[in-house]
Amino acid sequence: MEIVLRELQNGNVAFGIFCLIAVIGAVYVLFSKNVLYASYGLLVSFLGVAGIFVFAGGEFVSAAQIMIYIGGILILLIFGIMLSSNKKAGKGKLNIENMNKVFSLTITVSLSLLLSLLVLTSKFNTKSFKPQQHIKNLGYNLMTDSVLVLEITGVLLLMALIGATYIAKKDE
Amino acid sequence: MSAMLFAIGFAVIVTKKNLIMMLMGIELMLNAVNINFVAFSKFDKNPEQGQIFALFIMLVAASEVAVGLAIILKIKKYYENINPEKLTELKN
Repeated sequence: MEIVLRELQNGNVAFGIFCLIAVIGAVYVLFSKNVLYASYGLLVSFLGVAGIFVFAGGEFVSAAQIMIYIGGILILLIFGIMLSSNKKAGKGKLNIENMNKVFSLTITVSLSLLLSLLVLTSKFNTKSFKPQQHIKNLGYNLMTDSVLVLEITGVLLLMALIGATYIAKKDE
Repeated sequence: MSAMLFAIGFAVIVTKKNLIMMLMGIELMLNAVNINFVAFSKFDKNPEQGQIFALFIMLVAASEVAVGLAIILKIKKYYENINPEKLTELKN
């Protein structure tokens, strides 16, 4: 929150716009009546988050966000929506029913207020360090310190994808 | 900001009667956590750690969505719906 305030005080309008885009997309996901439109709202939200990453100094993370989330996860989700929609329901097959709306909204607002209060009251050590060559250092760090984690995640991703195709394949 | 995104994701999970929408809510919450990791890595001595953490969170989210959608398709074939309120076979 402190970071947000500082960026806004510096007159950084674009940062505020990206924040707004992300939150509006998420709210649209919450309130839309159609699963497909909700996934489009999710796309808008992901784009906003990618913009925020750029302002937080993570250019590579931002590019990875666009490629992995929008290029991978969202396409998978849309395929899932199309494959799992109920044909018998006819025209309203993409509609979604909500349940205990009041309860969830109450929880949301209270959780949001609680977290905001905690963030506002706590002091973070946010003095700036000198800018560095982020992407180069990121690559060095990825290949030296955290190379084991990198390999493990690669194997995990491979296993997950093979398992997913195996689960989803048609039975004989 | 990140707290708001997290709360909205939680609300999506609680509210929706559709397994795919619940997956979307999980994605929103993971995004909120990622924002915090990257934002605070800016003020760290070595800003790579937080960003690498965020990257690994993304990868795990991708694999999680793949497996989740495969399971959802199987459930859909078996029960003909994906409403978690109606999947009550284990209750009795």
